[in-house]
Amino acid sequence: MTFLFSDPVFGVWNWVDAIIRILVIVLVMTFVVIYLTYGERKVVARFQQRLGPTKTGTAGLLQGFADTIKLASKEDIRPTNADRWVFEFAPYLTFIPVLMVLVSLPFAKDWGVRDLSLGMFYVFAILGLNIVGILMAGLGSGNKYALLGGVRAAAQMVSYEIPLVLSLLSVAMIAGSLNLNEIAMRQSFTPDNGQYAPFIFLQPLAFIIFFTAMLSELHRAPFDIPVAESEIVGGYFVEYSGMRWSMFQLTEYASMWAFSVFGSIVFLGGWAVPDTSDWWGPDWGWQLGITFIKSVAWILAIMWVRITVPRLRIDQLMSFCWKVLLPMALVQLLMNGFILVYDWPPILLTLTSGAGAALLVAIIITRAIHRPKSKLVGTYKQVGVAAR
Amino acid sequence: MSVWPEERVTTIDSFNTVDMTINVGPQHPATHGVFRMVLTVDGEVVVDCEPYIGYLHRGLEKLTENHDYRQSMGWWDRTDYLAGLCCEGAYCMAVEKMAGLEVPERAEYIRVMMMELSRINSHFMFLGAFGADVGSFGTSFIYAWRERERIYDFFEEVSGDRMFPTYFRPGGLMADLPENYESRVRWLLGSINQGLEDLDGLLTGNEIFVERCKGLSPMSTSRAVNLGITGPILRATGLPWDLRKAEPYSVYDRMKFDIPIGESGDIFDRYFVRLSEIYQSTKIIEQCLEQMPKGLVLNPDLPKTLRIDNAECYIRTEGTKGEYGVYAMARGGVKPYRMKLRSPSFCNLAALKEMVVGNYLADAIIILGSLDIVLGEVDK
Repeated sequence: MTFLFSDPVFGVWNWVDAIIRILVIVLVMTFVVIYLTYGERKVVARFQQRLGPTKTGTAGLLQGFADTIKLASKEDIRPTNADRWVFEFAPYLTFIPVLMVLVSLPFAKDWGVRDLSLGMFYVFAILGLNIVGILMAGLGSGNKYALLGGVRAAAQMVSYEIPLVLSLLSVAMIAGSLNLNEIAMRQSFTPDNGQYAPFIFLQPLAFIIFFTAMLSELHRAPFDIPVAESEIVGGYFVEYSGMRWSMFQLTEYASMWAFSVFGSIVFLGGWAVPDTSDWWGPDWGWQLGITFIKSVAWILAIMWVRITVPRLRIDQLMSFCWKVLLPMALVQLLMNGFILVYDWPPILLTLTSGAGAALLVAIIITRAIHRPKSKLVGTYKQVGVAAR
Repeated sequence: MSVWPEERVTTIDSFNTVDMTINVGPQHPATHGVFRMVLTVDGEVVVDCEPYIGYLHRGLEKLTENHDYRQSMGWWDRTDYLAGLCCEGAYCMAVEKMAGLEVPERAEYIRVMMMELSRINSHFMFLGAFGADVGSFGTSFIYAWRERERIYDFFEEVSGDRMFPTYFRPGGLMADLPENYESRVRWLLGSINQGLEDLDGLLTGNEIFVERCKGLSPMSTSRAVNLGITGPILRATGLPWDLRKAEPYSVYDRMKFDIPIGESGDIFDRYFVRLSEIYQSTKIIEQCLEQMPKGLVLNPDLPKTLRIDNAECYIRTEGTKGEYGVYAMARGGVKPYRMKLRSPSFCNLAALKEMVVGNYLADAIIILGSLDIVLGEVDK
């Protein structure tokens, strides 16, 4: 009987604690998603010289709630030739892995649902499960666009998982830990942890690879191939409506949030700030605020990319992953190994990785830019040829 | 030919793959209207493409044959509905040529100015929609839309309607321009140049955009000529063939402008030729403003009812998509005996299949986008 209450892992109080924390996370997530959709619409609108939602509430602040009510009241349509159970369970199966990732994230030093000692490993183990739901949606819808979207998503996610994991591993090597809390702590300047700076400065190449692979995992532009609206009209969720469609939407934005928090923990220092004093140390409010600011910056970067660049083609996407990102991630992992094993000065980490990042950008630019050579179409202000 | 091509089975040793047919359109965001194509894809690669048209057929030619010359003005707006005034211009020219009507000089200048504004409007629509096809999440679309709205506002001020102005008449114009037109148009030109720079900066130098468009579905000049392709797609192959220069109509012979051409006729060249043409059109409009004389805008000798005895003519003008030709025949009376439209979009669409087959599905969409078809013109 004492086991039932006092055991630190399987005791009742531990379970109650976990359930309360998960409930808080779910509530916060819903709120965050509602305002992420609103925020994205506003940000995109401003970039495109529009106003975005303005009518619901002050400056359209209630737009997300209005959309939620509308979606909840919509009819849940199932196509006749859909595979019933596969079709109906797919949205939930895409959503669950994202929720499970949120469980492991430390939003403040002492506040996450659970502080897992293999947190990073857990995150990328769980993230891969997302694809099951997407494939189910693609195959179960009985729609060719959905099928193409699902298959594209599978190919893309399987490929980009590898550079994603490798870039994270090179960070974990420096941090010497897979615990996310530990990794965040290592990025502050407190004298007793003996570490350097946010990992974005130590590993810029890993940061770029992670950001790119993350865009791909999130199906955001320029990697929104599985949901390409102008080609396959929404991809795997083309047949969904009402609540099930909104589950996909929830998944998309929740995973964007999860990735931005995760990325800001790993590369920007999460709740920690690079500061020697510890005035912020015990105060979880400040820590939450810092996590918030960093993840918002991260999300804004994602949106900025989305509205600026067009979409890649599937073969370009694959060759970019396998021919560029993967070798660079591997070389970086190798360099980190040498530097850490032989105890070379840590500035070398920055230099090698920075050189790699510069090389990556150079590769992208030289590969892509074939500006027209003729003077006739050099710039539109100089074109001209006299006809007869 | 069957509506659904038979499924083709390829056998590689023991591994069988079945080609899949995908129906794109008539309701699809990338078909620019009610165009339908049935693509047969082997994985992501298109192996067959069959276009289906006719969803927007309104019987334009027959309608014209059954109406008074001035009544059918409105139908012709609705062929190339992105540049209605260019179509009106061609129709009016055909009627005027048959009736032997003179058009006052001021009206000619105003016509050229309005037709060039229409051309700019249509090309902006292409740039925006093409960016969206390539996947830039509507940013290019909105950039282009801003300028189009301003042009439409000007059209509304001039004629009372935005998209279908019905502003030209056989023998002149419906009305003169509003009094402040010069400052309005100059402001509009500045705004257009700004929008052009914005779009150029957003798309032309973008690595992904260049990677997607450069070298895709190139076309040789001889092939384009054999297929009857005209307009920006022909010029993108390197042939400076523009009817405004080659067979100047209206007052185009008094305008100084260049013909932008491409090199290889690939998607990027088609995009760039259209981008450049906008700039040339602004130059034409500026010259119109400088040279515009004062005077009447409608021929005072125009009879109340236009009757044309035996006459026949073919007028070809440089529409926004290519050679916009009107063949007209009169056998007396108030109605034309026969009206035939040679629509550039329809002829350009003939090249779709050979451009698309062998490319990726995603490329098929932007190839269709680069043809810049307008379904009102294809289906007449």
